[in-house]
Order: sequence, then C-alpha cells, then structure tokens
Amino acid sequence: MTKFEYAPAPESRAIVDIKSSYGLYIGGEFVDGKGGSFKSISPSTEEVLAEVTEATADDVDLAVKSARQAYDKVWSKLPGSERAKYLYRIARIMAERSREFAVLESLDNGKPIKESRDVDLPLVSQWFFYYAGWADKLGHAGLGPDPKALGVAGQVIPWNFPIMMLAWKIAPALAAGNTVVLKPAETTPLTALLFAEVCQQAELPPGVVNIITGAGATGQALVEHPDVDKVAFTGSTAVGKAIARSVAGTSKKVTLELGGKAANIVFDDAPLDQAVEGIVGGIFFNQGHVCCAGSRLLVQESVYDEVIDKLKQRMSTLRLGDPLDKNTDIGAINSAEQLARIKELSDVGDAEGAERWSAPCEIPDSGFWFAPTIFTGVTQAHRIAREEIFGPVLSILTFRTPAEAVEKANNTPYGLSAGVWTEKGSRILSMANQLRAGVVWANTFNKFDPASPFGGYKESGYGREGGRHGLAAYLQGASA
Amino acid sequence: MTRLDVRKTHKLYIGGAFPRSESGRTFEALDAKGGFLGNMALASRKDARDAVLAARKAFGGWSTRTPYNRGQVVYRLAEVMEGRRDQFIEQLRAAEGLNDKKATTYVDAAIDRVVWYAGWADKYVQVLGNGNPVSGPFFNLSTPEPTGVVATVAPSGPLLGLVSVIAPAIVTGNTVVVIASEKYPVPAVTLSECMATSDLPGGVVNILTGKAAEIAPWLASHMDVNALDLAGVDDPELAASLEVAAADNLKRVLRAPTAPVDWLAEPTLARLEGLVETKTVWHPIGV
Repeated sequence: MTKFEYAPAPESRAIVDIKSSYGLYIGGEFVDGKGGSFKSISPSTEEVLAEVTEATADDVDLAVKSARQAYDKVWSKLPGSERAKYLYRIARIMAERSREFAVLESLDNGKPIKESRDVDLPLVSQWFFYYAGWADKLGHAGLGPDPKALGVAGQVIPWNFPIMMLAWKIAPALAAGNTVVLKPAETTPLTALLFAEVCQQAELPPGVVNIITGAGATGQALVEHPDVDKVAFTGSTAVGKAIARSVAGTSKKVTLELGGKAANIVFDDAPLDQAVEGIVGGIFFNQGHVCCAGSRLLVQESVYDEVIDKLKQRMSTLRLGDPLDKNTDIGAINSAEQLARIKELSDVGDAEGAERWSAPCEIPDSGFWFAPTIFTGVTQAHRIAREEIFGPVLSILTFRTPAEAVEKANNTPYGLSAGVWTEKGSRILSMANQLRAGVVWANTFNKFDPASPFGGYKESGYGREGGRHGLAAYLQGASA
Repeated sequence: MTRLDVRKTHKLYIGGAFPRSESGRTFEALDAKGGFLGNMALASRKDARDAVLAARKAFGGWSTRTPYNRGQVVYRLAEVMEGRRDQFIEQLRAAEGLNDKKATTYVDAAIDRVVWYAGWADKYVQVLGNGNPVSGPFFNLSTPEPTGVVATVAPSGPLLGLVSVIAPAIVTGNTVVVIASEKYPVPAVTLSECMATSDLPGGVVNILTGKAAEIAPWLASHMDVNALDLAGVDDPELAASLEVAAADNLKRVLRAPTAPVDWLAEPTLARLEGLVETKTVWHPIGV
C-alpha cells in the first residue's frame, strides 16, 4: 500500500480565544473559587493553555445550591416546550461555533482535528437537537402520562470525549427538567468552560447549568453532596465502584458508564478489507481512548495470517502527529500519566510473552505519543487481554468455532460493546444474542447516535445514555 | 384410636432438589400465637453459594427458552398454586394469624400475580425495547435481556410478597436465589413444592430459609451474582451495607423500600425493568 506524502495542513487556532485563566461557572457567571488552580496543557506540545480553578467542597456546595435554586424557582416551572427551545438554541449555537470547539478540543485533548471536527462536534449539536424534541413529549416516553424530573444532577465526565460527554450528560438532563452541576476531567476542562459561554449566549436561566473544574476530590464532593438527586458518571470502573459505594443507602439515582474490553470478532467469511477498516477504527479511533474500543481482536484461525498482513499494511499508512493537522489519523496521548499506563501494560505484554508490532512512524520530540501497536500470540490469561489499556494497543487472539468466540468474548468482567464481522446474517444474529454486551456492532464499529441507547452489562456500568432509555435515566418512575 | 399425623420436614430448595442445610442447623417457625409450626432449615453461607451455582447453571437454558414457553411455565406455576390454594390459606392463617377472608385475599392475589407476570414473558421486549431511528444507513434495535443471577431478600408478606419479587425476575429469563421471609418461612417451602412440580427447571428459583442478616451479605458480595433485590430489607443500615457489598462487581440493585409496600396494588413494570439489560445492535444497510 502506497503512503502518500502530504504537506502540513494545520487548522488555524486563531478561531479560538483561550483565556489565560478560568473561574468556575456558577449561577450563570464565572466566579473565583476558594481553592487553588491547576494548568491545562496541550498533550501534543506540553504547552500550557490556561490556568483553571480547582473547586473546593465549598465551591461544589455553592454550585449545587445554585442548581437547586434554578430548579425550584425557574426550570421546574417552565413548560417543556420552553425548555425545548433553550435546547434547540444550544444545538444551533454548537453547530455555528463547531469549528472553534473542534480546534479547542484537539488542542486540549490531543485528538485529531478530523475526529473532533467530523465526529465529536456534529454529535454534540445533534445530541442537543435530539433531546430538545423530547422536552415537551415526556408523557410519551413510556413512563406514565406526566413523568417528573429528579431535581439536581451531579455529572462527572472523562477526558476522552470532553465536549461530547458533556452533551450526552447535559442534553437529556435538561430535557427531562433537571438542572445540572457538571465537572469535566482535570486534563480537558476547556471546552466545557467554553460551553459556559454558549449557555450565556443562549440566555439559559442562571444556575440551570453549572460547570465546576477540579480533579477527583472535586468530583467526589459533587457525587456525595446530599442535595444531589442524580449522579451520572462516565469514567473508570474503579471510580464507578467507589461511586456506587458512596451512594449506598441514599435515594440518589445513578447511571455509570465505565470501562470495557470489547471483543471484535472476525469470522473467515467476513469482508476482510472492511473488517480491517473496522479493526483499525475500533482500536485506533481517538488513540484508543475509548471505553467501547475493540481492544481484543478475535480472528478465526483460517484467516488469521491474511488479517494480520492486511492489518499491518493498513496500520503502516496511519499518520501520527499534530492533532490540528487535517491529515492526522493518530493524535497525542491525553496525558503523561495515561502514557505511562499504556507503556506499563504494553511492557507487561512483552514480559508475558506476547509479540509486539508497532506501526513505523516518527514520534514528535515533545508531547505524549504512542505508536499504533498490536500484540499477537495473546492468550486469555495475559493482562493485556483482560485489563483495559485505554490506548492504541490491540491484543489479538484466535478462535476456531463460533462457540469458542462467544466463550472468549464473554470471558471478561466488562460488557460494554462487541463487534462481529461476517457475511452470514443468521450468524450475526446468533452472535448478537449470545454476546453479553450493551452495544453490538455488526459489520461496523464505534457508531454513535443520540437516538441509540449506549451503556454496559456487568462491570461496564448501568443505565443507558441516548434514545428514550437515556431520557428515562433522568426521570422518576424508571428503574434504570 | 386417633391417627397420628405425618409431619413434614421443611427443607431448602436448591437446583430443583430439597436439601437440608449443609450446616445441619434448624430454627423454629412459630405461629401467630407463638406456638410451634415446624423446624426450618437454617441456611448457611455454603447453602447460599450452592444456590448461586445452581442458579448460574440454570441461566443459560432458562434465558434461551422461547418467551411463549417461559410464559407457559410461569402460568403453570399459578395452576399448581391454585391446586394448593386451601393449604396456602391455612398456612397464612396459622403463620400470620389472618382471618379466613384476609388469608384468601392474599392467596388469590398471589396466584393472580403469577398469572399477570406470566403474560409479560412474550410482551416486555416490545414495551421496553426500541427500534432506533439513527441518522445513517444502519439498522439499529434495542432489546432488553435478563441480567443473569438475581439475589433477592423477600418481603415479609410470606406468599404475595414472595411471588411479587420472584415472578418479575424469572419471567424475563433471570434465575434467582431468594431468602424467604424469616418470620413466616412455611408458605415459601410450600411454594417451592409448587415450583418443583410445575415444569420450572431446577435452579431457576432457589429458596433459602433462614436469617437474611446472616446470608444476604454473602449473596451481596458474591461475584457471580448480577443483581440484588432488597425488597424485604427493613433495616436501613443492613440495606446500605448490602448495597456497598454489591458495588464490588456493580450489581444492579433494587433498593429497599423506604415506605411500606402495598403488595395488593397492581404492580408497575419497575421490578421487571430493573432486572434487565438493554442491548443495542447495529448493522449497516446497503446492497
């Protein structure tokens, strides 16, 4: 496969105006916090982008009070049709300012601009547009004639899809009639803070959305705040379990969207070129910083050699580098800490006897990078087959029969997603029935849509985001 | 000479069989006036773990029965219960001291409740599932599936409460381990005898008699249990500690009620819905 040489084609960062420091967005305006601050850096250059406030427990309390007041006095009294119009406004503004957000996202997160521009931001606008339409139709959601909101939602989101996760959390919460306090991840707070400006532009009533920044302690203070009625968390399974413990004995409603170790299963009758695209997209999309990434490839033995050859060829054409370059396929690893974790687990892969192969690519001098990598000769006992690496590292196993594929795919405490590649329709449906995962992609992978419920089985969490199910997670009367 | 009655040994119900507790322990079930009703098996941690094993073993077969078949089996349970109606009424009167009318009300409601849930077996997927209009050339369908093995602390309502927590779990294909009411365990043993003779495969429902405070923590922390139903836990501290234990493998938890539950009222789908998982399948559309 020929690799064409391209001239650099960086997207201009002039479109986004990053302030040197940010306060907390509480009650409709930016306020100073009571604690210290931390820096948000660009993981591709390690350049400091801005100083961000570390919210203390008092700040969290203030934000929750603001959300409660907005809920009691304004938001819960608005008719759904009016809430809908605010959400439509936000959807439109996000579309209008999408390039600005995409550039900022790629700067702060390290993901390639072609992903932030073509995947994350379009979905953000669509997510608000979709849930806007639910706001005045709650009685048709299958939860009774007049389902009620829960109240104040405390939401904690991860660094892998910062603005997209914000949309997944805020859109259904507001549509259902709740107010929110949202904490973005400490390494990627900037698009959430820019979103605060969007709330102002949309003239959203003060306190309906509050954005507080900080690390784990801030998130914990939010989740454990006694006046929070709903906790929504996306992140690691370990933190998810801690949250489940901390809300025990309360009446807080919880949804958890946690880790995964998805099997991507390729049968010998699969359209292999398409399957290879799906494998590459499944694990290298967003540098593998995807909870539903297809991080365990299960290949039927009879096509193993062919799949590996094609996969290596395809991986050799991936372009790693400047996230703002429009031709970049693989951006930066989000943080030094995450890079260390990826390196550590990959070294364990070597030590346990799996065979490493990395795509040949130049690694920039500054920033955090990891070349797209596969491990062959992996067994189910290997840590790289069991633990979530959350990076561009694929563990490859083989199987002979469909039953063996099911057995291996389900042999994990996780159950978020799975992929199946075969031309045989009945086999797809049989596999889909047997795989214990919340999302099954057949002859495709990593597809998302606001109308489609997303979420896991087992230790991948509970509750669904997206669709009618995602709406129910913010209303009384539903169990999820 | 008057005939000496033949008394029953009350045992556990695990994997379709009626073992005594492996611990060899028993406790006394008393009637409403404090009189002796019978010696009950006092289930141990080992019994609870055996029950989980049986439930897990039964899950694959039960969850892949056709919905029609599962509905028929659960309906059949109601039929067998109807045949034991007088026995149940007698047992509720003895245990709870209810008058005949009240006992009859509860027994009839319990049988009708099983019938009600039986009918959901081939309907809940349509009510809780969705075809999803995604904005791309994809077929996209969400369907609920049983979550797996459910551990349940049954409410003290010895028959109606018991079937009201078992039926919504099993009708979708889950298997359960249930700790029967500690105070009124006798009707639960009779129910297990109905189950054993009603085409319900062994292991789909496993009934333990004993102390919830002793056994429930082992079920709550068991890594092969998928969900925990705290319907019968009335001690908030115990409920919270069970919820904490359940977080070890992120069990789905149906929390303990904060106010008394009227089991006679027509149920919502909440219990059934709380014990299913939504699976969404995508496939490209093309030629």
